[in-house]
Amino acid sequence: MGDTFTLIDEGRISSITATVSNDRVRLAPDALKAALGWELKPQGLCKDDRCVPIGRHADRVNANGADLAAVAELLGRPLAIDLPERVACLGASAAQRAAQLASLEAPDFTLPDLSGKLHKLSDYRGKKVLLVAYASW
Amino acid sequence: MITVALDKCADDPRPFIEAAAPSHPSLIDAEHRVADLYRIVNVPTGVWINEHGRIARPSDVAFGNDTFKDMHGIESGPHLNALRAWVTNGTLPFDAGTLKDLQRLPTPDEQSARTEFALAWYLHQTGKSEAAERHFVRAGELAPHDFTIRRGSMPIRGLDPMGPPFFEMYTQWADAGKPYYEPLTTRKES
Repeated sequence: MGDTFTLIDEGRISSITATVSNDRVRLAPDALKAALGWELKPQGLCKDDRCVPIGRHADRVNANGADLAAVAELLGRPLAIDLPERVACLGASAAQRAAQLASLEAPDFTLPDLSGKLHKLSDYRGKKVLLVAYASW
Repeated sequence: MITVALDKCADDPRPFIEAAAPSHPSLIDAEHRVADLYRIVNVPTGVWINEHGRIARPSDVAFGNDTFKDMHGIESGPHLNALRAWVTNGTLPFDAGTLKDLQRLPTPDEQSARTEFALAWYLHQTGKSEAAERHFVRAGELAPHDFTIRRGSMPIRGLDPMGPPFFEMYTQWADAGKPYYEPLTTRKES
């Protein structure tokens, strides 16, 4: 039972089954793992070698399923939801972005040019780069 | 140099790119990935990245000429001169410690705004324009002075980025002290 729900994790789009009721989105544990890579374990919400204790969210994140807003809160990540369209988006936390920028290691990215050819910032190592963001608007 | 157009599709900046016929990579970032990674809230913004992939000068206002100087009051000369000095002899306008102090880092509201924008963009692309509008509006409420979100979403939403919605935003932004048009070097001196 449940609705087909689209979950976007920093650009990665997953279609999962979720239960939507009372303005809440509840994911089965396997859907949570499939969409976000986080798994419920006795020590908390875990991914790779990291675990986040569930703590006060135990009533909303447990073996029966995980409330999406509670998961976002536990991970410290911003969440945008459109319930009527059954879509949600998890963004990057300010702490994560700030730590990356404060390290002064230039975040890598890959983007297309007009012809669709992909360019990766780190391919230009060895050269000074002036990165300029602009827009037609 | 690498340029990144924060436009909804390649056709928007295409006339400018084709007219300039640049020899450097000229990229399209419809999803505002670079804006998110480098905390870019307006254009033009420049970031200097050294040979080792490290940020030598963080996101900062970076005009290439003085065409719109009367509107924003920023001269292009100081940044261009500093850029030439860095490129030719490696001189930086400030040391690493000062650089970190001057760096503007994202806030939780700004990241929430980017997340709302990302959701809105997905909804728009999947034909759900009415739903998209809700989230473009919410993104603008969370980051009222972020031009990449508020002005950048106007062409997507069918609004004129040079029309009344923009001037409403511009007035709010001017009343707030024109955040963003404050070069790092000025911040250092102030």
